[in-house]
Amino acid sequence: MIELSRVNKWYGDFHVLKDIDLKVGKGEKVVVCGPSGSGKSTMIRLINRLEAHQGGRIVVDGIELTDDLKAVDAIRREVGMVFQSFNLFPHLTVMENLTLAPIWVRKMPKRAAEEHAQHFLERVRIPEQADKYPGQLSGGQQQRVAIARALCMRPKVMLFDEPTSALDPEMIKEVLDVMIELANEGMTMVCVTHEMGFAKTVADRVVFMDQGEVVEAARPDEFFAAPKTDRAKLFLSQILGH
Amino acid sequence: MSALSAPVSWARENLFSNWKNTLATLAIAYLLWKLALPFLDWALVHAVWWSPDAKACRAAKGTGACWALVADKHRFMLFGTYPYDAQWRPALASLIFVALYVVSAIRACWRRWLALVWLGGLVAIGVLMWGGVFGLRYVENERWGGLALTLLLATFGIAFAFPLSILLALARRSTMPVIRWLAIGYIELIRGVPLISLLFMASVMLPLFLPEGVTIDKLLRAQIAMILFAAAYLAEVVRGGLQAIPRGQYEAAQALGLPFWKMMGLIILPQALRISIPPLVNTFIGFFKDTSLVLIIGLFDLLTTVKVSLTEPKWSGFGIEAYLFASAVYFIFCFAMSRYSQALEKSLGAAQSRTTAGKGAA
Ligand SMILES: Nc1ncnc2c1ncn2[C@@H]1O[C@H](COP(=O)(O)OP(=O)(O)O)[C@@H](O)[C@H]1O
Ligand SMILES: [Mg+2]
Repeated sequence: MIELSRVNKWYGDFHVLKDIDLKVGKGEKVVVCGPSGSGKSTMIRLINRLEAHQGGRIVVDGIELTDDLKAVDAIRREVGMVFQSFNLFPHLTVMENLTLAPIWVRKMPKRAAEEHAQHFLERVRIPEQADKYPGQLSGGQQQRVAIARALCMRPKVMLFDEPTSALDPEMIKEVLDVMIELANEGMTMVCVTHEMGFAKTVADRVVFMDQGEVVEAARPDEFFAAPKTDRAKLFLSQILGH
Repeated sequence: MSALSAPVSWARENLFSNWKNTLATLAIAYLLWKLALPFLDWALVHAVWWSPDAKACRAAKGTGACWALVADKHRFMLFGTYPYDAQWRPALASLIFVALYVVSAIRACWRRWLALVWLGGLVAIGVLMWGGVFGLRYVENERWGGLALTLLLATFGIAFAFPLSILLALARRSTMPVIRWLAIGYIELIRGVPLISLLFMASVMLPLFLPEGVTIDKLLRAQIAMILFAAAYLAEVVRGGLQAIPRGQYEAAQALGLPFWKMMGLIILPQALRISIPPLVNTFIGFFKDTSLVLIIGLFDLLTTVKVSLTEPKWSGFGIEAYLFASAVYFIFCFAMSRYSQALEKSLGAAQSRTTAGKGAA
């Protein structure tokens, strides 16, 4: 489904990503973790070309990502993304947030898009909030709206970039529950998160990154029980320690 | 007694709460007494309202205002040299302008048909002003003037300058260097030049560059100069609004697959323009008043017609009254714009009281 081979990226002189290799099969769930600044966000954002890579190949759903805008558009239609800071559109209601892309990108009729959106709002358990503005919802509700917004495009792949990091602790679970449900339905997911419980429950593979490299990739039980590298050991002791 | 107690307690709280406040209140009351009363006395009590030969005005000069001047010359002030018996046409055109503003101000009317209403309104205004059809006498636009001309210049000025300014602002933030540099060059060049010299260039220099036989109407030249001028200023205001939109909004729109123009039109510009309402209206108001500068190239806008009224010997010397009248007309339009922008800001902001954007960006 997603294939990164020998991908490199620089910000000016700074080598952010070094020879990244990553394969995500259909229906697979990959959790990416690693210290802050290790390039996790950058890597996940390459997949829907919010950032452009400079060396290597990225193929998503059989389409190679290049400067060709058609390919970029095609991939963005198939890949949904959820951000740490929600990035809902504050001037639109929840319903309008959800139906915007189906109407303007998928060319769905408005009525159908709204029914469709209501269905996803029920799935993220906030069907009653459709007419509110994002600013009137709690952080956890906003993030669930953001997930529903991405799902409304019926993506084949979902990308999550630290979806619970900006949330108050009591709201983390409601978002993770929605994500776990999504995983159980067979969605292909790449998820940057430090929620180790989530990783253990749903991940097929944990990818550990440090300083722009993929240092380790293993099944979650192996990775958490017996990390092979010192860097991973250090990282795990830090996040589990406090 | 109880009917009085509310204002009394309000005054005690707001005007006389401590000795500094009391002092300020008394000082302002004294100034009002000294300035406002004599003014009202002059403007209302001792004013001359009707005197076709201006004799009564001369007699009252110094003690009472001569509104008889406005009574006598208001047709010329409002409609300039437009044929006297056909002045109902610019009057109706001005009313159509005002009606268009009012309809556009109502949010429930922000629908696609509003564009058609504008189109229809502008066609009607054109027909009324030019004539030549439906048995209306043809009036060449050299004879247009006064309020109708001012509204025309301001409305078309803003209607064309605003979309142009959005394109300029987007171009200035473009990632393509050529487009960016062109936009910067244009904006800086125009902003560095006074409007008067732009108008002058448009009226005197532009014809020199045109091939023999090709002429562009003076009114059109002035209008183009004003559009180019206003667009440069508005572009900077719009750019300010664009800069305030967090990057996450662009990214979310892109991640959903929205193409560039849809992203701008549906996500970025609605938010950017909303926060730009106060400075935008500020620029609109300035522009509305700047239309008076067309007098230097011989167009008869409202301020010019007022000034010309004073050249008639019997009314010479009543400049204060004439300019007060012109100011009042300008004030009505500018004040309406200002109040409307405040109301709009409030109603647009009311729904989304707390904002979501920008909480702990990665
Ligand atoms: N637009 C950018 N320009 C320059 N440097 C950047 C940019 N975005 C990220 N970086 C740098 O790249 C590194 C990786 O960033 P990021 O992918 O956000 O890390 P992570 O998500 O793992 O915390 C960081 O050192 C960051 O400072
Ligand atoms: Mg990050």
